[in-house]
Amino acid sequence: MDELLIFVKAFVVGGLICVIGQILIQTTKLTSARILVLYVVAGVVLTAIGVYKPLVDFAGAGATVPLTGFGYSLAMGAVEAVNSYGLFGALAGGVTRTAAGIAAAVFFGLLNALIFKPKAKP
Amino acid sequence: MRVGKQTFVYEKPPEVASHASVVGPKEGGGPLADYFDVILDDDLLGMKSWELAESEMLRRCALLAMKEGGIPEGSAQAFFTGDLNDQIIASGFAGRALELPFVGLYGACSTFVEGLVLASGLISGGFLENALCAASSHFCTAERQFRLPLEMGTQRTPSAQWTATAAGCALLRNSDAKNRLRVTAGTLGKVVDYEIKDANHMGAAMAPAVESTIRAHLSDTGRTAGDFDLIVTGDLGWIGREILLELFSRSGKPLPSEKLVDCGASLYFQEQDPHAGGSGCGCVASVSCGWIMKRMEEGELRRVLLTGSGAMMSPTSSLQAESIPSIAYAASLEVI
Amino acid sequence: MSKNQAQKVREYAKIVEEKTPKSRHVRGCLRAFWVGGLICVIGQCFTNLAVALNLSEMTAPMFTSCVLIFLGTTLTGIGVYDRIGKYAGAGSIVPITGFANSVAAPAIEFRREGMVLGLGARLFQLAGPVLTYGISASIVFGIIYWAVKEWLL
Repeated sequence: MDELLIFVKAFVVGGLICVIGQILIQTTKLTSARILVLYVVAGVVLTAIGVYKPLVDFAGAGATVPLTGFGYSLAMGAVEAVNSYGLFGALAGGVTRTAAGIAAAVFFGLLNALIFKPKAKP
Repeated sequence: MRVGKQTFVYEKPPEVASHASVVGPKEGGGPLADYFDVILDDDLLGMKSWELAESEMLRRCALLAMKEGGIPEGSAQAFFTGDLNDQIIASGFAGRALELPFVGLYGACSTFVEGLVLASGLISGGFLENALCAASSHFCTAERQFRLPLEMGTQRTPSAQWTATAAGCALLRNSDAKNRLRVTAGTLGKVVDYEIKDANHMGAAMAPAVESTIRAHLSDTGRTAGDFDLIVTGDLGWIGREILLELFSRSGKPLPSEKLVDCGASLYFQEQDPHAGGSGCGCVASVSCGWIMKRMEEGELRRVLLTGSGAMMSPTSSLQAESIPSIAYAASLEVI
Repeated sequence: MSKNQAQKVREYAKIVEEKTPKSRHVRGCLRAFWVGGLICVIGQCFTNLAVALNLSEMTAPMFTSCVLIFLGTTLTGIGVYDRIGKYAGAGSIVPITGFANSVAAPAIEFRREGMVLGLGARLFQLAGPVLTYGISASIVFGIIYWAVKEWLL
C-alpha cells in the first residue's frame, strides 16, 4: 500500500502542477516558451523560500519531473556549491548539478535530428 | 478607367481563359475535393525542403493553367505571383523554372486577387495580351516561419487557422468572345489596422480591411451586395466571417449572410480540425480557381465579387508586440 | 490617432470578444492533469528503479531526468510528441519531456538549413530562454544565500 502511495502522490501533485500551466495557457496569451521559463524560475524561487523541498519529499517525481523540478535542481546546486566553495559556487553550482540533464537534451536532440525528418501534421 | 476612389472598371475586361488548382492531401480530403485539378499525396513532392516543395507545386499549377489555356509553355506574357515565404522565394524559384516575365507580389493571403486586379489593368490597357495570375502557400513553410517547428507539442487556439497547402493559377487573356468568364472590375484596398495583436486571430485582424474594400467597391461602382450572386472572402475563417457580418450590420447596410462565402471556412470539414478555417495565399487562389470559377463556367453563378485579404505582419513584428495591419483587394468576376 | 479612430478600435475589440469562442477550459485541464500526472508516475518508476540499482541519492533524480529526456526526444523524432501535445497541452509542456521536445523539434525542423547554423543553432531556439533565466535565477539565489550565510549567520 505504501509503495502505491508514492505513485498516487506523484500523479496528483504532478497533474496539478500541469493544470496550473494549462489554466495559464487558456486564460492568458502566454506561449509555451514563456511558460517553460516561468516554471523554471518559479522552481528556483520556491526552493529559495523553502517551499519546494518539502514538496519534493512528499511527492517525489510529482515535484521533480515538472520543469519546476529543474529549477529546484538549479537552486539546490547553487546552495551546495556555495556551502563547498563560497561565493564562486553561486556561478557554478546550478549548472553543475543539472549538467547531466542539459547534456542529455543536447545530445539526444542532436541524435534525433540526425535520424529523423520533420513530418507534416495530419 | 478609374471610377470613384479605388476602383478600375476594365474597358476591355480580360477573359479567364483557364484556371488550375493544385492542393495537398489534407485539402484533398475536404468538401471541395472534386473541384480541384490535382490533389497531391506527398506534400514534400519529392523535394529536399518544404520551400522547394511549395515552389514545385506552384510551378506545376502554372504549367497546368497554360496547358488548359491552349498556349505553349513559356509563352505567357507575364507571371504575377506571390507567397508567404520570406522574400517570396517559392515564387522566385518557380519563376526561375518557368522563365516568364515575372511580377513578384506581396499581399499576404490577398496576393492572388491583387494579381488579378493588376494584370487585368495591363491587359485591358493594351499592354499585355495574356497574363498568369497565381499564388501559393504551404502549411509546413508557414509553420516554421511564423509559428513553431512541426514536431513541437502545442495546442492551437480556437481562432487559429490552418495554412493551406495549395496553389491556384488563372490565365487571363484579351478576347472578344461572347459569354465568357471575365474580370470586369478591380478595387485596390487600403491598409487598415484595428489594433489586433493576436497573430492567432487573423480573422479579427483582417475583417476591417475586407469591410473597407467591399464598401469602396460598392460605392465606387454604384452596385449593391444584391447585384452579386456571391460575395467571396479569402480566409477570414468562420469567426472572421461572423465579425464581418456584424460590422456590416452595424453600419446599417447588412450583407445577406447566405451570399457571403469564405474560402477558408469552406476548405475543410470540421472533423479535419482546422479550428477557425483555412488560410494562406493558396487558399483563396485554389478555391477561386477550383470551386468558384468552375461553378461560374457551368452557369450556376453569373456575377461574383471575389475579395482576398492579407494580414501584413511578420514574425519580427509579432515578437515586437506590434498590431497587425491588413489589406484586402476585390475583383468582380462576371460571365458576359 | 484621433478620438474617433480610438472609439472605433474599442468598439471593434468588443465585437471580436463577442464573436470569438473560448477554449474548452474544463476538458483542457482534465487532459493536462492526467497526462502530466502519468508522466510523473513514469518518472517515479524510474526513480524507484534507480534506487533499486543502488544509485546514490544525488544520482537517482539525474537518472530519471535523463531517461525522460531520452523518451521526450525520441517521441519527438518519431512524430508522436506533437500529437500528445495537441491533446494534453500543459500536461506535455510542463514535464521535463516537454523541455526535451522543445530542444529536439527545432533541431529536426531546421536541419535543412545546415548542421551548424540550422540544427546546431536551433537546438536552443526555445530551450535557450529556459537556460538563460533558470541559470541566472540560480546565480542570483546563490549570491543571496552566500550573503545571508556570511553576514547573518
